[in-house]
Amino acid sequence: MKIGVLALQGDFAEHQVMLETLGAEVFQVRLPEHLNGLSGLIIPGGESTTIGKLATAYGLMEPLKTFGKTQAIWGTCAGAIFLAKDAHRPQPLLELMDIVIERNAFGRQVDSFEVDLNVPGLNPGEKQDLPFHAVFIRAPLIESVDKGVEVISTLEDGRIVAARQGKLLATSFHPELTRDNRFHRYFMELAK
Amino acid sequence: MEQKTGSFEVKKGLAQMLKGGVIMDVVNADHAKIAEDAGACAVMALERVPADIRADGGVARMSDPDMIQKIIDTVSIPVMAKCRIGHFVEAQILESIGVDYIDESEVLTPADEAHHIYKHDFKVPFVCGCRNLGEALRRIGEGAAMIRTKGEAGTGDVVEAVRHARSVLGEIRKLQSMPEEELMAFAKEIGAPFELVLETRKLGRLPVVNFAAGGIATPADAALMMQLGVDGVFVGSGIFKSGDPSKRATAIVKATTHYQDAKILAEVSRNLGEAMVGRQISSMTDAEKIATRGW
Repeated sequence: MKIGVLALQGDFAEHQVMLETLGAEVFQVRLPEHLNGLSGLIIPGGESTTIGKLATAYGLMEPLKTFGKTQAIWGTCAGAIFLAKDAHRPQPLLELMDIVIERNAFGRQVDSFEVDLNVPGLNPGEKQDLPFHAVFIRAPLIESVDKGVEVISTLEDGRIVAARQGKLLATSFHPELTRDNRFHRYFMELAK
Repeated sequence: MEQKTGSFEVKKGLAQMLKGGVIMDVVNADHAKIAEDAGACAVMALERVPADIRADGGVARMSDPDMIQKIIDTVSIPVMAKCRIGHFVEAQILESIGVDYIDESEVLTPADEAHHIYKHDFKVPFVCGCRNLGEALRRIGEGAAMIRTKGEAGTGDVVEAVRHARSVLGEIRKLQSMPEEELMAFAKEIGAPFELVLETRKLGRLPVVNFAAGGIATPADAALMMQLGVDGVFVGSGIFKSGDPSKRATAIVKATTHYQDAKILAEVSRNLGEAMVGRQISSMTDAEKIATRGW
């Protein structure tokens, strides 16, 4: 399976390593033509403003929007912001998912945290009670979701941190910073 | 589901989000806005860029918290600030005002000539400079969650940045080809914690993100450092001491992403105006060099 990682800025190499250990053929995407032939794309963590500016400068906005209409895309942290239709700020967004995002929702870096999340239904057929250890770095929150968007995981207080809409997946946290590959396997299923 | 803040994973994690990016020195909120608009992945707030610190002489200290606060209030990207080597109270102050990363920096006048800050005690992550693998691993041992090769700040001459990156990366390659019985003597020779030597050997890279700094002034300089194998670049005086900061900043950001694409590098290098004048390092005396600060 051919999966791309958007390699404009951020921790795309961490995603690449994780995907390769799962047997995917991984391609770094920096220009529109790099999207050809891919079944799915991961937009990594990084700075969403930086990623947005570089995507705009190199003509990737429209090709990414078109790609997301038929193929799977997963955004982690900055990538989740980039997928949203609204982030309360003027910055380039793909507007592919009907979710509203609040950037830096938990505060500054000293407030970044790790926590165990319940993610029911992550990998059908596997043990469901095993929590997912999630790393939140200056993380965004999925403030609200429209109909047609499935909430995949929330914090204990009910705030949304993972959501899926068709083949599109958004997580506020970084499975690529852990050794737990369940989210990457889940995404590869979406990309099939 | 208890939330845990300030862990090493979380500190190291922010640096991982900065990878492939450019961190720019800024001295006021206007500069910070220009940097953010150009696509910087973070800014370093300081009162004077290194070229001016050199020119002015005197003692260089932590910046005014009010000036740092204004920058924090202006941009949405992470804000870093510098404290003096060993000055843990400056670090406590920077942590309390909410900076996202502290640079324990040789660019400022050292406060301690034997010891660096014990960085594990802080919730805020630290980045530290190094010239070689031993220095990098000593800083990581003290708790640094990110490393930058020092180069020679405020010169616009990339030669030291290249020397230090080659030194660190070359020593890692050497480490990987060594038989196990030589590792302890190697750790002793470079003055590095043995456990971190083992981890570095296993990973084939530093255990934390490694940027290049000190003398990067052009898009080609940034791409050179990326091709040598660092994870991203700091640009200090090179941007705001040049003729057209906004244009140069944007070009360096693009060059850092497309560092392997010579056509794009040529395109972004066109018509950038004057680069910073710079100082050739081979013309400097040892006393003028700041990379030697740090122990």
